[in-house]
Amino acid sequence: MKDDPQQHWLVKPSSIKILWRVGLFILAALVLSDLIIHTHSAFGIDGSFGFYSWYGLLTCFAMIVFAKLLGFFLKRKDTYYDD
Amino acid sequence: MTIDTFPPGVLLIFGGLVLPFVSSGVRKTIVLLLPLLVLWSVWQISDGIQLSLSFLEYELAIVEGDTLSRLFATVFAVMVFGGGLFALNQKEPFELAAAFVYGGSALGVVFAGDLITVFVFWEVMAIGSTLVIWSAKTPQSYRASIRYLIIHLLGGVILMVGIVMHIQNTGSAEFGAMKIDNVGTWLILAGFLVNAGAPPLTAWLPDAYPEASFSGTVFLSAFTTKTAVYVLMIGFPGTEILIYIGLYMIFYGIIYALLENDMRRILSYSIINQVGFMVTGIGIGSEMALNGAAAHAFTHIIYKALLLMSAGSVYFMTSGKRKCTDLGGLFQSMPITCICGIVGALAISSFPLTSGFISKSMIAQAAVDEQLFLIWMCLAAASAGVFLHAGIKFPWFVFFQKDSGLRPKDPPWNMKAAMIFFSCICIGLGIMPEPFYDLLPFTSDYEPYTVPHVINQLQLLLFAGLSFFLALPLMKRTLTISLDWDWFYRHLGRISYQLTTREILNIRQNLLNLSSYLIKLLIRLTHYYSGTEGTVARDASLGTSVAIVVTALAVLIVFIYQF
Repeated sequence: MKDDPQQHWLVKPSSIKILWRVGLFILAALVLSDLIIHTHSAFGIDGSFGFYSWYGLLTCFAMIVFAKLLGFFLKRKDTYYDD
Repeated sequence: MTIDTFPPGVLLIFGGLVLPFVSSGVRKTIVLLLPLLVLWSVWQISDGIQLSLSFLEYELAIVEGDTLSRLFATVFAVMVFGGGLFALNQKEPFELAAAFVYGGSALGVVFAGDLITVFVFWEVMAIGSTLVIWSAKTPQSYRASIRYLIIHLLGGVILMVGIVMHIQNTGSAEFGAMKIDNVGTWLILAGFLVNAGAPPLTAWLPDAYPEASFSGTVFLSAFTTKTAVYVLMIGFPGTEILIYIGLYMIFYGIIYALLENDMRRILSYSIINQVGFMVTGIGIGSEMALNGAAAHAFTHIIYKALLLMSAGSVYFMTSGKRKCTDLGGLFQSMPITCICGIVGALAISSFPLTSGFISKSMIAQAAVDEQLFLIWMCLAAASAGVFLHAGIKFPWFVFFQKDSGLRPKDPPWNMKAAMIFFSCICIGLGIMPEPFYDLLPFTSDYEPYTVPHVINQLQLLLFAGLSFFLALPLMKRTLTISLDWDWFYRHLGRISYQLTTREILNIRQNLLNLSSYLIKLLIRLTHYYSGTEGTVARDASLGTSVAIVVTALAVLIVFIYQF
């Protein structure tokens, strides 16, 4: 996709691509930092490699999917209570 | 009584009552200066009972100072100042008057040393906050304020019955730690929890708060739920059931905020989520946990007000747009509102160098110290969830996502100044937590900035962020609301009302039929016995008459003798 010169730099597809790359690099660096920094583990599992990374990712996916499923039952048009 | 012993809450209430009757210039001066005077007077209150009053046979402690009440009162006064600055261009003078009465009564609760004083200010708070919602003067805000008032008056009645029973049981109105071993204390706990937004009455908060004006919602976010946190800290520290109530509130807030489309309702659900962290901390009850709950209440008031100021600015400058489906791309024309909103979002998500990081971590640390493994796992997942539902969702859908084509400017100077002021507090507390830690109720040597803690928190939050962008197709905004507990009183209530009305009409008709049948029967029986040919009208011989009377007397005597 070509950039539109009128657009703000933050919404140009080329900048978004750069932002994704920088973001993924930071994520990778954070996970790898577990190799160097020794975390004091309180419960065992929280000392495992990259615990906070995978736990954050998985629980958030779980919450999004759970909300989505619950939405099938609970969502109504936003005029539901209007008379 | 001099100014430094005068109750700061009452000072603010009086100031609020004056506001509608003065000119706009005087009003602005009072709005900006009175909260500062109140803040000063809060710090003149030393430990112990400062002002008491005899009422019936009770000695009421109207003003009783301690570390915790000064901490809450400080943030309340700062909040009234910041909220007042933000609302300076609010055209409706009654809103600020109501907000000052509301804030003043919240100050009254935190300085109250007995349950009767707590109750009086508690009710004033309900009225003040209802009037704040009402001041928006829309049909929606009117209806929402009435629903809000009904719930809070109900909570007030529960609290009052509890207090009366508790005073009966103990003979004292003193407000201190209680055990939930009798109906009275259970009712007091229930009354407190209604204001905290605990289940099942959670829905009043996201129902009512977003209906207030652009500035009204900012005030509402601060006082009701946080005074509830304060009274729970005094009355029920270490009550285990609060851990589970708190966890429910945490996840309820996240899930409903994820489903929500209205930006101010998203932030309202997130109030319940954040209060959930505090309630969990109070349930854990250790010194670290209570410090964490108190610190979190303080920091939360500031960053949640900041978030709602940012949302309020968008609402104000777009003439009432608040749905994510209508917004987007606003960062281009509202840079200050956007940056301040992001600072609030980072603080609520507990990013290192923000106020949320130095307060919320203490609650998680308390779970570690007490070896509560499952609760700690829930709190960690919830921390990631906060970033998901408030930290990214709010700024992303309002300021970024698709371009809505809207190009509103940043709001007037006073609203920008309020946002910048609160952003500075969020970052200031995050960078220099030590002086703030000294204000907490218990001394501790908690150190939030260790390398592993910062790295762990960044991993948790940034991977939560990754999951948001990977799951973005699942998060597409729809023009919907989500059913909540209020369905039972808003919808089922109406259906059952209609059903009952129909049933009542049926029953009324049946009763009418029955009574007309009984009247006819009575007439027919009277005619049968007393008519011209009836038994009573017939002649009888003297002997028969005597026999009847004697038999009747005999039966009567036997009856009286026997019984």
